[in-house]
Amino acid sequence: MRIAIASGKGGAGKTTVATSLAVVWDAPCVVADADVEAPNAHLFLSPHIETSEPVYLEVPELDVSRCTACGACRDLCRFKAIAKFGKKISIFPDMCHGCGGCFLVCPHDALVRSKRLLGHMETGFVLNGKHAFLMGRARIGEAMTPPQLRALQKRTTLLLRPGAAPDGGTYDAALLDAPPGVSCPAMTIARDADVVLLAAEPTPFGFHDFTLAYEAFLPLNKPLAVVINRSGMPGNERGDKELAEFCAGAGLPVLAALPFSREVAEQYAKGGVVADLSPEWRGRFEALRDATRAFAAQGGRRA
Amino acid sequence: MEILAVSSEGPGPESMVDPRFGRAAGFVLRAADGSLSYIDNGASQVMGQGAGIASAERLAEAGVSVVLSGYVGPKAFQALQAAGIRICQDLDGMTVGQALERFLSGDVVFADAPNK
Repeated sequence: MRIAIASGKGGAGKTTVATSLAVVWDAPCVVADADVEAPNAHLFLSPHIETSEPVYLEVPELDVSRCTACGACRDLCRFKAIAKFGKKISIFPDMCHGCGGCFLVCPHDALVRSKRLLGHMETGFVLNGKHAFLMGRARIGEAMTPPQLRALQKRTTLLLRPGAAPDGGTYDAALLDAPPGVSCPAMTIARDADVVLLAAEPTPFGFHDFTLAYEAFLPLNKPLAVVINRSGMPGNERGDKELAEFCAGAGLPVLAALPFSREVAEQYAKGGVVADLSPEWRGRFEALRDATRAFAAQGGRRA
Repeated sequence: MEILAVSSEGPGPESMVDPRFGRAAGFVLRAADGSLSYIDNGASQVMGQGAGIASAERLAEAGVSVVLSGYVGPKAFQALQAAGIRICQDLDGMTVGQALERFLSGDVVFADAPNK
């Protein structure tokens, strides 16, 4: 079972929820930080990292000796990774999306398969070997993250196979701390999930971006549920009400409402997992864990 | 003499220089004999990415060897260099005619780096 924890905007509470769920998850699971542009789960979970592997995108390189500048590759490329200036073909590997089409249309085998480094994927363990841990780090300056996310997803699939845990056991679930926002990176992760939990913050900006997230993820037809974060902020009664009414109107189950608390902010700022703050907070996340399992089990209520 | 191109908001010398290169509305071309013509650059404007590269291609196809513009960013700069087209930046805030006059009177330097 893959549980993606997403949100419309950064700072709504994805990592808070993901790391706290990881700490209270009562069976070995896979914890994946899928925000490869700005990974932060490792700051809270202090993983023991065992492997780090580069993730590449296949991009074309020109073999000038074979190129006739016919322009077939340039005509095919949708991303302007290939241009023709006079009688010369120029390649811009940074623009390439790795579709592979240019290799197929070149009549002279003049394009060589080269690669562009996207980033690194790291694997290891957290909580003394209890859970597997995956994260990615995008190369600084690399704008394209979905191929890296797909590498992370492939590894998650391998880890979820029966008997894939080091002791021969099977991981119970995968908790994915999704990238923020509702564009390609977030969609790449949500598409592949079995359940999408939306962290929602009941402030005006938070609510606005939450509605965008709902709109974006709805067509994926995934079981969608909400975790309200920072409910009960003093003076924000209207925000709480608006969010609750929206969820009710949309048929979105609210699996938890985490109360606003300065202590939680202090804990987070220290790099502490919120579920470790107190038995009360631990209890909240245990209840969320159980509610998420129950929600997934009943196939989720389609919104 | 070479074919010059000026990024332009409109088709004539009285039009203002378009401060953008890649997503310029169009380019006014000055041929060796001094005659002017216009290339519409709308096809670049609607591109999600690579507008600078596409615009450089368009100019290369028209035989342009020098471009006068305002802001030429890193990707566009790279593309123009690959195309062998020399670049004069920061000529926005004036008409196309004025930009051409400044170039022809030797008042303008060629850029060696993209605008930041």
